[in-house]
Amino acid sequence: MKAILELHDIGYQVAQNQILQNISLSVAAQDYITITGPSGSGKSTLLRIIASLLTATKGEILFKGQNIMEIDPIQYRRKVSYCFQQPTLFGRTVADNLDFPFQIRQVIPDVDKQKAALKVVGLPETYLNKRITELSGGEKQRVAMIRNIMYVPDVLLLDEVTVGLDEENKRIVNNLIEHFHTDHQVTILSITHDESEIKQASRLLTITKGRLEESK
Amino acid sequence: MNLDVNNWSLTLAMLLVMIALWIGYREKLGIDREIIIGVIRAVIQLFVVGYLLKYIFKVNNVFLTFAMLLIIIFNASWNAQKRSNGMTNALVISFVAILVSTGVTLGVLILSGAIKLIPSQVIPISGMIASNSMVAIGLSYRSMNTQFRDQRQSVLERLALGGSLRDASIGILRESIKTGMAPTIDSAKTVGIVSLPGMMSGLIFAGVDPVHAIKYQIMVTFMLLSATSLGSVIACYMAYRNFYNTRKQLKESASED
Ligand SMILES: Nc1ncnc2c1ncn2[C@@H]1O[C@H](COP(=O)(O)OP(=O)(O)O)[C@@H](O)[C@H]1O
Ligand SMILES: [Mg+2]
Repeated sequence: MKAILELHDIGYQVAQNQILQNISLSVAAQDYITITGPSGSGKSTLLRIIASLLTATKGEILFKGQNIMEIDPIQYRRKVSYCFQQPTLFGRTVADNLDFPFQIRQVIPDVDKQKAALKVVGLPETYLNKRITELSGGEKQRVAMIRNIMYVPDVLLLDEVTVGLDEENKRIVNNLIEHFHTDHQVTILSITHDESEIKQASRLLTITKGRLEESK
Repeated sequence: MNLDVNNWSLTLAMLLVMIALWIGYREKLGIDREIIIGVIRAVIQLFVVGYLLKYIFKVNNVFLTFAMLLIIIFNASWNAQKRSNGMTNALVISFVAILVSTGVTLGVLILSGAIKLIPSQVIPISGMIASNSMVAIGLSYRSMNTQFRDQRQSVLERLALGGSLRDASIGILRESIKTGMAPTIDSAKTVGIVSLPGMMSGLIFAGVDPVHAIKYQIMVTFMLLSATSLGSVIACYMAYRNFYNTRKQLKESASED
């Protein structure tokens, strides 16, 4: 299958600190890639580079064959969507967060779509008007995730999105990811430390001290 | 008008400086040097300005008046820029913001006939407008720097979701503009109750009927609202892009390239 993302010899250096080096990777459309590795090894940095939130200091990234430096970052990020490790919600209510993807596209928020999305992650539709300060950690994580998929991206970059969630929440979040992967053909790159998620991985990469190796 | 502080009274008034010096000494504030430098600078600057204005008013030449206005605006920009914490292009941004806010405000005042296009009216009024715009812009810069630091994560989230730089910064922009305007709005609310502001006090002091004096103060209130809002809006909208690089990524601060 044709590669949706290609990383050629990516390096990232801040001052004298070499955070990532020699990272090459080809991601086929509709791949589900699991990334693991010790804390501080550069996993988040790699995903942020792929999301164009940081620019690699060496190498290049191709998205559907085009160098991402030639693509407008704003449009690109709508297609290659990064979901933060420990996301913060903004504004006052859940609706403020779910309205954002519509607002940036100059579209009137589709309340039905928002309610449907809440339902998929097991939250009642009355949550739209709930204050973000009243949400539990797992609820915040789920709201943050549906922000990323209000408009379905081509690639979803997930940074430890199930960390700190209980089994029930983990299952809901993983089902949601699986749903977008199989039913909407979304390519997934997911960082995790979770044993069972690693065990079930179809393609597993490990990053150690800024270097990448393919494990299976 | 019979207003003249004679040099002898002024010298005696120096005693007031002694009070400040004495407090500084007693309380070990270590500011005696600062106070003395401050006093000397104030006296020299004011004498220079006094004679300069006298000359400009007498010559009454349009070019000279505009040159003076530009100097005022440049000085105000220089001071506003200092509060930006090394932001790129802060001087240019401040200059444009103060030039436009002063120009528009002054233009309206002149066209409406509130003041006349003569140096003795245009120059002091421009000074008031520019200095208030300067303070507002300085406050806006400070607020922007603090917010981009404190709200870093939520700005990043908005960018990651595909928001434009404006989408990611709009909350910070609004807050910074409000912060710049806040002192003017506050003082508009308390004017006359808490303080008798400079313009009005000066006129009353000079023997003008208080009812006439307040009309000028009302004009000043209006013009400062316009000056600070225009100054803050222009400066904030020109400055926020400094917090991002050309790849539309959030930088560590607005000063690096
Ligand atoms: N902006 C930065 N400046 C300097 N060092 C950084 C910066 N961002 C991340 N790092 C360093 O890069 C390394 C990798 O960080 P990160 O990608 O967050 O690791 P992981 O997600 O694998 O835990 C860490 O040592 C971190 O301290
Ligand atoms: Mg990480």
